[in-house]
Amino acid sequence: MNNYEVTFIVDPVLSGDEIKATAQVYEQMLKNEGCNIVHIDEMGLKPLAYPINKRSSGVYYCYEYASETGAIISKMELALRRDERIMRFLTIALDKHGVKYNADKRNGLIGKVKKKVKPSKKEDTPSRDSRDRDSSSSRPPREAAPAVKPAPAPVVVPPPAPVVEPVAAVTEEE
Amino acid sequence: MASRDDIKFLSNPTIGKTKKKYCRFKKFGIKYIDYKDGDFLLQFINEQGKILPRRITGNSLKYQKKVAVAIKRARHLALLPFVTDLLK
Repeated sequence: MNNYEVTFIVDPVLSGDEIKATAQVYEQMLKNEGCNIVHIDEMGLKPLAYPINKRSSGVYYCYEYASETGAIISKMELALRRDERIMRFLTIALDKHGVKYNADKRNGLIGKVKKKVKPSKKEDTPSRDSRDRDSSSSRPPREAAPAVKPAPAPVVVPPPAPVVEPVAAVTEEE
Repeated sequence: MASRDDIKFLSNPTIGKTKKKYCRFKKFGIKYIDYKDGDFLLQFINEQGKILPRRITGNSLKYQKKVAVAIKRARHLALLPFVTDLLK
């Protein structure tokens, strides 16, 4: 299953019911093709950044859907092209990050993340400093530890060698 | 008379120190750039609606490409202008 997202702009001159009916046509089309509609985002009336067909605003709709094959896309784009009520459309394939982003957006996580972006800068820097401090404080003990270890080692080794069998110890040494 | 303590810096100490640029997408783990979010994409275009280069935004190559694609999609859907003046 691949996830796709189609965004289109409906002519705002139409009445509210006609606009909804237009959107319904494509929703029904997706259902008839056996696509799983993940989410329908009615973005509403928005001003356009530049005029399209002598209109300065448009009604935005965004459908996210999952389809086994991409066969629906060409059919749907043909229908969108032929439809005079549609001013512009764009179909894209979503990657896994896109799917996750849209899911997060629906759950209201995205708006918060952007606000957190600035404070997290401040959080990051002190944590790094603390890590640096930790590492710097941990370094001296590490250096001290090896110095301690060699000292007991020679102390432990000599007693068994003379006490048990000196001859065997000599052979072992060789 | 101003004492010596009042005059701390004869020149601005911040002059000449360049703040290191970084890729915000890498730093904050943003994996997907939404083409429908025009306000976010405004940060990556200049007043004429042109895409800002990496040397100014500091984006890594990977995410600069994604930003460029997102801006172009937004332009197609009339969320961002192709050409304009006094955008900001």
